[in-house]
Amino acid sequence: MLQVYQIIVFIFALFALSRAILRAKESKITRGELYFWSLLWLGVLVLTFLPSFSDILADYAGIGRGADLLVYASVLLLFYLMFRLYVKIDKTEQEITKLVQKVAYENVKKKK
Amino acid sequence: MTGKKVFIVIPAYNEAKAISKVLDDLKKNGYRNIIVVDDCSSDDTAIVARHHKAIVLKHIINRGQGAALKTGTDAGLNLGAEFIVHFDADGQMRVVDIKKLLTPLIAKKADVVLGSRFLGQKAKNMPFSKKISLQLGRIVVFALYGLWLSDSQSGFRVINRKAAQNIKITADRMEHAGEILGEIKKKKLRLVEVAVTILYTDYSIQKGQSWSRGPALGLKMLLRRLLK
Ligand SMILES: Nc1nc2c(ncn2[C@@H]2O[C@H](COP(=O)(O)OP(=O)(O)OP(=O)(O)O)[C@@H](O)[C@H]2O)c(=O)[nH]1
Ligand SMILES: [Mg+2]
Repeated sequence: MLQVYQIIVFIFALFALSRAILRAKESKITRGELYFWSLLWLGVLVLTFLPSFSDILADYAGIGRGADLLVYASVLLLFYLMFRLYVKIDKTEQEITKLVQKVAYENVKKKK
Repeated sequence: MTGKKVFIVIPAYNEAKAISKVLDDLKKNGYRNIIVVDDCSSDDTAIVARHHKAIVLKHIINRGQGAALKTGTDAGLNLGAEFIVHFDADGQMRVVDIKKLLTPLIAKKADVVLGSRFLGQKAKNMPFSKKISLQLGRIVVFALYGLWLSDSQSGFRVINRKAAQNIKITADRMEHAGEILGEIKKKKLRLVEVAVTILYTDYSIQKGQSWSRGPALGLKMLLRRLLK
């Protein structure tokens, strides 16, 4: 028996996977990133269609219920992704600063 | 003065009202090499600074005090500075204190001298909330960098050429104060704190840093520490 949520997750995961593959083809993300996202979404698919699998994993990890394990894992993942985003923004900001500094020097030189 | 090449670097953001007096005072005391970094002010800061014959570097986008200090410090190095003074545009620092900070450097007893608001002379009229947040700041800096200072967030510093070349500022905004301390420790530069008087006026308090930004600042310092 397919549940509605399973269909939604299935479509979304396929969509996300295709995005990742496309972006990898355009070399906008690295190979490692492609593996990361593929594994993530495949994992989501497995857990959606074999919910009991999460219980096995949870048992293995020493956490009571599969659903709990999923929530813990998601929170950790979100933290990790946020941190990566922070690093990326920080790098971009530093690049902007470098540019602004260069412009400041060029303009002074011109005035002389 | 002293015959050494001293450069004053002043980060300024919307300080047209205050910077004129600061530049006058500096010139009266014989400091002729003055670099003002105007960080995309919306007022006449740059015009006023130029009027006072300072070298004015303009950021076309606001990048923050840390970025402005880097811009000004690098320019000073390029112009052959032997000593670089980080000085505020808001009139809180006293020009007479620069000499006190320079002394240990000229005597080659330090590479970096920090002006402290908590040694002897009191910060005049410092709000209570600011005192508390600066005490917490000391603890954060100690935890992150292992440096125990009386004033970890001082923006009043004099550094020699070697220190200026070695200290890498990557933090654009107020977390640069902590970052610079980390660099001092990492590059094994000799650090001395000297008492200075910082004046808190209605103008400076209204324009200055509110204690409420403290927690975010602490978090940013932590992240900066992790990234380096
Ligand atoms: N370049 C630049 N300078 C800034 C910026 N914000 C503040 N400043 C300058 O940095 C100096 C100190 O700024 P304040 O906001 O007073 O910070 P503070 O002195 O550390 O904090 P208070 O103790 O509250 O006064 C002044 O000369 C300001 O004009 C900014 O975004 N860019
Ligand atoms: Mg101030």
